[in-house]
Amino acid sequence: MRKTYYLFNPGRLSRKDNTLQYTAYDEQGLPGQVKYLPIMDVADLYVFGSLDANSSLYNFLGKNGVSVHFFDYYEHYTGSFMAKEYLLAGKLQVQQTQHYTSKTKRIALARKFVEGSAFNLLKNLRYYQSRGRDVAAHIDQIEGYVAALPFANAVPELMGLEGNIRQTYYSGFDRLVPTDYAFGTRTTQPPQNELNALMSFGNMLCYSACLSQIYHTQLNPTISFLHEPGTRRFSLALDLAEIFKPLLVDRLIFRVLNKREIRPNDFVQDLGRCVLKEPAKKTVVRVFEERLKETIQHRSLKRSVSYQHLIKLECYKLTKHLMQMEEYKPFKAWW
Amino acid sequence: MRTITATHVKYYHVCHRKLWLFDRDLWMEHTSEAVAGGELLHQTAYPQRAERYKEVSIGGSKIDFYDPHRRVIHEIKTSQKLEESHIAQLKYYLWLLEEAGVEGPTALLEYPKLRQTLAVALTPADRADIPQWLTRIQQLQSDNTPCPPTINKPFCRQCSYYEFCYVGE
Ligand code: SF4
Repeated sequence: MRKTYYLFNPGRLSRKDNTLQYTAYDEQGLPGQVKYLPIMDVADLYVFGSLDANSSLYNFLGKNGVSVHFFDYYEHYTGSFMAKEYLLAGKLQVQQTQHYTSKTKRIALARKFVEGSAFNLLKNLRYYQSRGRDVAAHIDQIEGYVAALPFANAVPELMGLEGNIRQTYYSGFDRLVPTDYAFGTRTTQPPQNELNALMSFGNMLCYSACLSQIYHTQLNPTISFLHEPGTRRFSLALDLAEIFKPLLVDRLIFRVLNKREIRPNDFVQDLGRCVLKEPAKKTVVRVFEERLKETIQHRSLKRSVSYQHLIKLECYKLTKHLMQMEEYKPFKAWW
Repeated sequence: MRTITATHVKYYHVCHRKLWLFDRDLWMEHTSEAVAGGELLHQTAYPQRAERYKEVSIGGSKIDFYDPHRRVIHEIKTSQKLEESHIAQLKYYLWLLEEAGVEGPTALLEYPKLRQTLAVALTPADRADIPQWLTRIQQLQSDNTPCPPTINKPFCRQCSYYEFCYVGE
């Protein structure tokens, strides 16, 4: 299986025969340790630190179907180098576009993403409720919003309900993590406290994981249904991420804070924004990767599949909906 | 009219749904190890054959090993699973050759790993059947034809569309 590689430290990446050669720079910016990666092991690269590379490297990556995603100092996604789109299918493209342009087709799909997301986040709350944390009021309130979903008949209305669901959900977080953390309100630009910083970083990892999976199917990542295309370059990944965030990101946050794998001093305040320190980022990435590889027994496929693979299966289901083969039903955690 | 390739004919005999998906460029094969294995077999099984055999393109299909003097096609497969569809594919090649004016072509289906060979020739019944396959394939290619249902056969588990077809919720 090809893997995702994350490059945190500054360095130079180059081609060496059929292998990638990564030379890390030390504090003085001088070449240090060298690592080799066979190209066939690499699915894609996420670059957080500054990376030196030349066009022959990109040609090599492109030929081998490896994409590179870049993030700035604050872990904001800034852009991608995408290997040539080798899988696009004409009829699917046409259908995907039609499902965006038709108001009724679009809202039907957009609603499914919100429904799936709400189901999965309620699952998280119920789990904690059964373990004695009092989030009953939050659950009730969210269920109220969910009941209103079928009546929303424009995407902004749906987005509004989605926003309400999330706010209510996040307001319950204070009861689920250690008391060192007060969530307050969700702030994204910039994240102002620890919990927000952690959430932004986690959501970004989830978005990227969805993008990688979409890229290995024939869906066009730029045409989305819940989010307005262009919100980000690959907005379909945002749609899919809604469904998986409760399982991949929120549970990760509860875990690293409750197990004290991340502590208050793992964050720094920097120009009015809160950021995770380098070692803490690595911890989060490691836990996230473990989570992606974790497997569950799939009900209808009767095979065990990883969380990462669940995202790809979601792409298949979406493809079937777009090709009018089978109505899309969003992934709902069944265990 | 859309092109009909030998792969269309082969899938037509395996599963109409698979044919429908394949025809719409919804390919899954790129990740399949089995396909890579098959290609390797072609390259390694008969290294010194290149002399006598030619690669021939006909009616949108490519015949890898054709001996123009003896008018024999060689087709190499890894296993006898789906043998019916392999035979159908070869009959389609033979039919194309006949349509192009080649007289009495024959074919050999070889399983080098099993050391078995099967001779295939066109019968009058085949000559009547093949145009019917093609009509039906064209129907499946048409935009108005909905995707045929899953076939629920043991073969599905090995098919590259298995997860796509059976993912459910
Ligand atoms: S999995 Fe079965 S139903 Fe689906 S395409 Fe393959 S053979 Fe046909």
